[in-house]
Amino acid sequence: MSILQDANRQQISKRRKIDFILHILFIAATAIGIVALMALLVNIMVDGLSRLSPELFTNYPSRIASKAGLKSAIVGSIYMVLIMAPISFILGVGAAIYLEEYANKNKFTRLIQLNISTLAGVPSIVYGILGLTLFVRGLGLGRSLLSGSLIMTLLILPIIIVSSQEALRAVPRQRRDASFALGATRWQTVAGSVLPSAMPGVLTGVILALSRAIGETAPLVMVGALTFVAFLPSGIMDSFTVMPIQIFNWISRPQEAFHELAAAGIILLLALLLIMNFAAILLRNKYQKNL
Amino acid sequence: MLTNKKRNLMMMLVLILAVALTACGGKKDTSTGETSTGTGTELSGTIEIDGSSTVFPLTEAAAEEFGKENSKVRVSVGTAGTGGGFKRFVKGELAMANASREIKDSEAEAAKAAGIDYTVLEVAYDGLSVVVNKDNTWVDKLTLDELKKIYGPGSTAKTWADVRAGWPAEEIKIYSPGSEHGTFDYFTEAINGKAQESRNDKQITFAADTNSIVSGVEGDKNAIGYFGFSFYEENKDKMKIVPIDNGTSVVTPSAETIKDKSYAPLSRALYVYASNKDLARPEVKAFTEFYLKNVGSFASEVGFIALPQEMYDEQIAKLNK
Repeated sequence: MSILQDANRQQISKRRKIDFILHILFIAATAIGIVALMALLVNIMVDGLSRLSPELFTNYPSRIASKAGLKSAIVGSIYMVLIMAPISFILGVGAAIYLEEYANKNKFTRLIQLNISTLAGVPSIVYGILGLTLFVRGLGLGRSLLSGSLIMTLLILPIIIVSSQEALRAVPRQRRDASFALGATRWQTVAGSVLPSAMPGVLTGVILALSRAIGETAPLVMVGALTFVAFLPSGIMDSFTVMPIQIFNWISRPQEAFHELAAAGIILLLALLLIMNFAAILLRNKYQKNL
Repeated sequence: MLTNKKRNLMMMLVLILAVALTACGGKKDTSTGETSTGTGTELSGTIEIDGSSTVFPLTEAAAEEFGKENSKVRVSVGTAGTGGGFKRFVKGELAMANASREIKDSEAEAAKAAGIDYTVLEVAYDGLSVVVNKDNTWVDKLTLDELKKIYGPGSTAKTWADVRAGWPAEEIKIYSPGSEHGTFDYFTEAINGKAQESRNDKQITFAADTNSIVSGVEGDKNAIGYFGFSFYEENKDKMKIVPIDNGTSVVTPSAETIKDKSYAPLSRALYVYASNKDLARPEVKAFTEFYLKNVGSFASEVGFIALPQEMYDEQIAKLNK
């Protein structure tokens, strides 16, 4: 009896030990991520805060650090998003609606599905190479704002499609059935019932995808978005630059002052991303309340 | 309830439309704003330049200053690397290409095939500087052979003692710019005899970003690295520069030794290639002239060495012929 109890106790204490060790391990796993992020933020803040000034927004790039600014890069980034947002929204959500609401579930759609999920994981530089051949050289769009935006659209389309599909799938079947029962067509059902209740999820996906595109450099380096652009694009066919490229250029310069400028640029970029993510949360909450 | 949802959908569509419209609106705004700032008989047009990231600061300085006087000429400068720039240049995509080496035969042939004639402009000098850690007390100078022992392909030198007897038997940490850099092309050709041929084992680190060579050499007593003179100038207090023994004399790179070419073979000229077709455009010609007239003062600002004034004058005269 007592032997049995002893064995039991031993087992229990052993299990508790394992539980405790794992607990610590998981805390450590979480902490490492947070500490790394904090270290990065503090490091950048220390370097860059003193350089955050109105001139950073109003000045064009310059070889003299005290006169250099991000004006053309900020405007370039914003224009790119403005062109990209409607195209990728219409194409991405359209494709998701087709796959979820219209298409029959067969081998063909499964193949498309597999392709889209794979594309979502393709490295961004590959999209740059594709864009260089297709848009820049093939369609003769040159290294323009339009080519850049189209490449970025391709890059984020899979993400938007997948997240929109998930949002559509989360809408209960009953809603569709109820709508069909009232004699609504498929489009009436989608537009009147399914899409509105899926909208928070769709919007979150779109905005998060757009913020990924803002921080992306590799595909644009590939098509040769330029580093020194001291003018604002006056049309979609003009050359342009974006924030990450300007930051990259500043970091690779020998002068310390430019590294501080780069840090300030990173703070701006982070702030922009935070605002966009915040907007995603706000929109989601707003639409959830309306339902 | 249904109308509520419809309203939401409408709102979304309106939002998208608004976004699309602002995109167009913004563009129109800037273009009209631009025409109104013009003042009479100014030059206008676009000049696209790409190529070496080493030459970039010079061209950027010229573009910046030129843009102040000629606000309607839109000069854009990229950093695709010397090779990347020539690739575009020989296709006729660029008005000018920045280059930290001369055009290769294969590139020149491609240009000829595409019917691109060009003018070569020499704009400044640069001296590749070999640097070691501040606490490195043993390296007083390096001969070209010793450099080759460290950087040469298939090198077996593992420690400093393998480079020269008497030096400490501690493993060398070798840094080099990556193969996309014209600096790498030039150094490997000057030291190893053939461009792009280099040691390639786990003892050497290739850096895409030159600043990581600076911090690498700064942080390790046994490190050695090389880069353009401007990077040494900016980080003088963090490292030691190595005088180079080229067989005839021992020379430390400096503004003087690079300018009078006694810092051989590691000093090089920096170039801008201008397409003759584009030089026929008045704004490109004006920019090129402006560049040659002012690059001397830009050079010292961004850490390069200006050519003797008469060389700039000669090139300007040739341009006007």
